[in-house]
Amino acid sequence: MAKHYSRYDIDTVVKITGTPKAKYLEVLKLFCSTSAPNKTGCINYAMGITQHTVGSQNVKSFANVQLLLGNMGRPGGGINALRGENNVQGATDMALLFHIIPGYIDSPISNAANKDLLNFVKAVTPGAAKLPAASMAEFRAAVTAGIPNSGFKVNTSKWVVSMLKAWWGDACTPDNDFAYHYLPKRDAAKNYSHIAMFEAMHKGEIDGLFVMGSNPVVGGPNANKEQTAMTKLKWMVSVDLWLNETAEFWTYAGWERPHGGTHHMEKITPKDIQTEVFFLPACAVYEKEGTAAQTGRWVQYRWKGAEPLGESKSDLWIIDEIAKKVQGLYKGSTKPQDEPLTKMTWGYGHGEEPEPILVGKELSGYTVADKKPIAAGFGALKDDGSTACGVWVYCGQMASKADGSLDYKPMHRDNKDNSKTGLGLFSNWGWCWPVNRRIVYNRCSVQPDGVTPWPGDDDRVLIHWDATKISDPLKPEVVGSWVGDDVCDCVKTSPPDKAVPFLMRPEGTGCFFAAKASFKEGPFPEHYEPWESPVKNMMNSQAVNPATKIWEPDKLGTTDKYPFIGTTYRVVEHWQTGALTRNLPWLAELMPNMFVEISEELGRLREIKNGDKVMVSTTRGDIEAVACVTKRIKPYIIDGKEQHLVGALWQYGFKGYATGDPANRLTPHVGDANTMIPEYKAWLCDIRRA
Amino acid sequence: MARLMTNLYDVSKCTACRGCLNACKDSNQLPAVIEPFKGNYDTHGGDTNGNTFTVMRFNEHDDPVDGVRWNFLKYQCMHCIDPECMKVCPKGAYTKLEWGATFHDEEKCIGCQYCTYACPFGIPKYRKHTDTVTKCTLCYERVGEGLTPACTRTCPTGALTFGFRDELLAVAEAKAKFLRANGFPRATVYGKVELGSGTNKIYVLTDTPDKFGLPVDPKVSANTWVWQDWVQPYAGWLIPIALAGSAISFVTTRMLASKGGNHTEGGHE
Repeated sequence: MAKHYSRYDIDTVVKITGTPKAKYLEVLKLFCSTSAPNKTGCINYAMGITQHTVGSQNVKSFANVQLLLGNMGRPGGGINALRGENNVQGATDMALLFHIIPGYIDSPISNAANKDLLNFVKAVTPGAAKLPAASMAEFRAAVTAGIPNSGFKVNTSKWVVSMLKAWWGDACTPDNDFAYHYLPKRDAAKNYSHIAMFEAMHKGEIDGLFVMGSNPVVGGPNANKEQTAMTKLKWMVSVDLWLNETAEFWTYAGWERPHGGTHHMEKITPKDIQTEVFFLPACAVYEKEGTAAQTGRWVQYRWKGAEPLGESKSDLWIIDEIAKKVQGLYKGSTKPQDEPLTKMTWGYGHGEEPEPILVGKELSGYTVADKKPIAAGFGALKDDGSTACGVWVYCGQMASKADGSLDYKPMHRDNKDNSKTGLGLFSNWGWCWPVNRRIVYNRCSVQPDGVTPWPGDDDRVLIHWDATKISDPLKPEVVGSWVGDDVCDCVKTSPPDKAVPFLMRPEGTGCFFAAKASFKEGPFPEHYEPWESPVKNMMNSQAVNPATKIWEPDKLGTTDKYPFIGTTYRVVEHWQTGALTRNLPWLAELMPNMFVEISEELGRLREIKNGDKVMVSTTRGDIEAVACVTKRIKPYIIDGKEQHLVGALWQYGFKGYATGDPANRLTPHVGDANTMIPEYKAWLCDIRRA
Repeated sequence: MARLMTNLYDVSKCTACRGCLNACKDSNQLPAVIEPFKGNYDTHGGDTNGNTFTVMRFNEHDDPVDGVRWNFLKYQCMHCIDPECMKVCPKGAYTKLEWGATFHDEEKCIGCQYCTYACPFGIPKYRKHTDTVTKCTLCYERVGEGLTPACTRTCPTGALTFGFRDELLAVAEAKAKFLRANGFPRATVYGKVELGSGTNKIYVLTDTPDKFGLPVDPKVSANTWVWQDWVQPYAGWLIPIALAGSAISFVTTRMLASKGGNHTEGGHE
């Protein structure tokens, strides 16, 4: 690693990035000072870091830096993703992604290696692929005995079977492979991410689309293409608070484009569009109940603050109704292919509104025999069908009170900070997955001997080893336990020399060298330019991340026509695609129109004055905007040459009080090699007076 | 006299999120004034209007030593200790509440707008549909109920605080001293001595007032003295003269404004 990064000396880095050397050194000096044993530093990154063709490698670099500086598992340390929305963590936990099932387990693929449950759990349990087990019983025995190089994920089969049990109840038995064959399998050759889905839609491969709380006509990359793709749908359902740009993608206003652009967009009018569009009015977050999980994995229950307006409904109500109606349509069917629906468990109360607490109970898990919540956490889950659990990482969020009623821990509201640092554990406020552990990898908060604090750092000790403590009165022979303010991130009774800090990793330790299966590229992050870049890659001969799929090679912009760097970002006055905020007059007043920001130098170069109307173009489209010529943006000096930047807000569209062209009509259909998160943050464009 | 209560605004903590602007409109139930974007984040052009009692100014400075500074400034009625608006009002619509707010009674206001010319900060604005002048009330009703002003209540960073003026002045002085020692050598307190007796809004600035578009030495229009000492006592029978006074005031204020440069324009405008 030292050899790999010796090529990245200070001068080379500033030559590539354009960061002034003195500033770069100042940042390095400050952040690296947190390597002192009595200091910690944390990296808070926002979504811009991920919106590159090297997004995953950017984050991997953070992980490497924090491991090197000793900043993991200690209060004030870590890497914290500031998500674009408040419940992105919760959505990810529920596997609102195509490559995983709930609990961050790879989703099954339609190939021989995934053909039945045994093969699937062998594939998803680290170290188990070549296990000779010929039946689930034999596999279970191997798990009990311990599979080498498996880490805590040795328990994966328990999580998978408990999930299947939660989904298919009585129809999930040892005799039918725990209903594994009901689970949808994905095509390994296909990508189901946002970009890929719209590419397929554009080719006419998709008939119908549900859009819930999303607005791709404004927020999707290459929005012109995505809007065109929607015209090829047979039907679309939009679920939102407002008739946003996506709900009204078929209108005359939706196809207006600036005059005099460099792109000829096919003139589409409503009569050309056969897509049948439905709109379901959703209520606002304050008008419904349920939990949200924040970036620190705290799950917090939120109570309703106001009644929904008009006919608007909570998304839980909408999904519950659809599920019940669809299941009703298949009632009485004896076809085996309908069994995933006919045998599906679905029961979240009998009233008009589904009860979020019953969803919470299913997520948390229960013993099948008595339907009682599993308060002990995922350690109690079984792979024999005796336990059911919707998502193992949420196991233990529900317990029973003394009177037998449900104790839903995300509802807890004790605002006492039980940390010694004042950095905030608040262990009884809401609930935190896993097992209410507030700081993961907290084994690192004490020295390897398990008792000695890092020098001068007594307050940051979250857990320590008590050699005389008996943690389980039922097992008095087991002496010694981890104790402290936080729930230990290691086996509670493992002595310090055995208690590894990175439980989920097969090695049990932090990992600089990325294993082949974990990233498409690697083993160490390497510099690549964005797909569209005004400069050559100064580190190697490969320009763009070679692991990235290039969807539209013909749309690669070059500096002869598109000489400037383009990027997108937001203003605080608008939230995401602005569907909510651009419809609120007081916020529209504060940021009323689409604008782009350029430096005074670029303004002079293109004779653009502050407040002028400008046209910005890429190979994907043109937008009109107001120019904001500002001192805050300066040209980059990259490899000794001046490079100009056009900063565009991506939050505008044709609906609401605050309007403007969506900046995403400019952005490319290309994304990170692993996540396919679009490269919103760097592309080539041209700008001129409109 | 009761102990004065005031707002402290610490620009070093302000992120210009403009939550205060929204809270103000909400609390006072003021309609949105949506104007097209003209090139500055401050979509109100740096100035209050009849339906906008508080605005946020965005001033850009490019200094060879400090680099680029983006100075935010919440701008609203300063609730002067000795307010000019009160002196020129022919109907006595302005009064000082004993805890410090400059209260404007819209019931008494006839919309003559003398105050809009007399104010050294250019704050009160005429609102056509009510034919009255409006301005920040320092949320006197909320304060009367033991609450803090709406802007202060909503401020997420603690840039706005509310309390006793003497206490907040001490806080402000200490903060300015801290800033001067920590990278902002020109940090200062504004509102303590300005206009002689000071204002009932205290600002902690990270730089000199001009860098925030504030008048360095706010001046009272000469006409105010004429008005207060000669015209107002005879206001009952001197309405024609009052109107003439208005004209003079108008012309002179404009002259003063143009002489001093247009300080409300920020940054790159």
